[in-house]
Amino acid sequence: MTVAVNPTQTGEPLFYLADEHPHPEGYSTSLGFWIYLMSDCLIFAILFATFGVLGANYAAGPAPKDLFDLNLVAVNTSMLLLSSITYGFAMLTMQQNKVAQTQIWLAITGLFGLAFIGIELTEFAHMIHEGATPQRSAFLSAFFTLVGTHGLHVSCGLIWLVTLMVQVGKFGLIEANRRRLMCLSMFWHFLDVVWIGVFTFVYLLGVLR
Amino acid sequence: MSTNTHAAGAHDHHHDDGHAHSTFSGYMLGFVLSVVLTAIPFWLVMSGTLPSKQITALVIMAFAVVQIVVHMIYFLHMSPKSENGWSMMALIFTIVMVVIALSGSLWVMNHLNSNMMPIHQMSGMK
Repeated sequence: MTVAVNPTQTGEPLFYLADEHPHPEGYSTSLGFWIYLMSDCLIFAILFATFGVLGANYAAGPAPKDLFDLNLVAVNTSMLLLSSITYGFAMLTMQQNKVAQTQIWLAITGLFGLAFIGIELTEFAHMIHEGATPQRSAFLSAFFTLVGTHGLHVSCGLIWLVTLMVQVGKFGLIEANRRRLMCLSMFWHFLDVVWIGVFTFVYLLGVLR
Repeated sequence: MSTNTHAAGAHDHHHDDGHAHSTFSGYMLGFVLSVVLTAIPFWLVMSGTLPSKQITALVIMAFAVVQIVVHMIYFLHMSPKSENGWSMMALIFTIVMVVIALSGSLWVMNHLNSNMMPIHQMSGMK
């Protein structure tokens, strides 16, 4: 992995690989995808920072205490956590080359993810119905941006999940599909990690304030 | 749970290619820990057991940090050895960036807030 500085015959340093050898397909995919996730992490960090700065500016509008239903958030959190473990089971059955079981676990994961998105959209619709729109206060703008971005990620994950189920159905658990499922696994668990930050800093600390 | 470890473990030894292979017991342990680490903060906030809000806030933030580490280890299979240490390197770099961005924004904006002219003085300047 390390790019060594190869001194040439003349003694000049060479800042690239002199003898580039071919790598197998997908050799660096998981590291590359990890680096993508880290950059995604920075997006969420900025949104968390924005929420941290603006989260108490209610503009005489509704505060977290008036808006958030912690029971609903607890249900939502468990949906995402359950989808994480069922994706884990999908990865385990994939390692054992069981196509049908992998598909079933992926489908269950998708249903939990769908339930998460459904509950979140219900919550949003309820808030907007009560007049707590993103335009109402800086707190609500920051809230909808942060939680909405997370929800958008989960929705994209769901589309990706369905795509991979079609792929696995068509081509089976070939090497490329294993690699793709591995990437989605990292993506899915990463979104669960972000959600830990959301329910702690937005919902629990918000209600506490 | 230990029998499952052996069953899954025996399967894994053949195609060990440097990636951290997941086991059933690993996922279950991570899941149980996550459930506990999620349930306690929700219970603390919803019941208001702890005497002060500051203490509750600090405790639930500590729980969040622990749960993030649990997810990293058991679900994302992070280890110092994965990808020859490069994923850990990227992670550490990201954590440094996130800490600077978060603490810096909160710190600077908090000072800006306290140095703002109060609204009643501003209206007197008209």
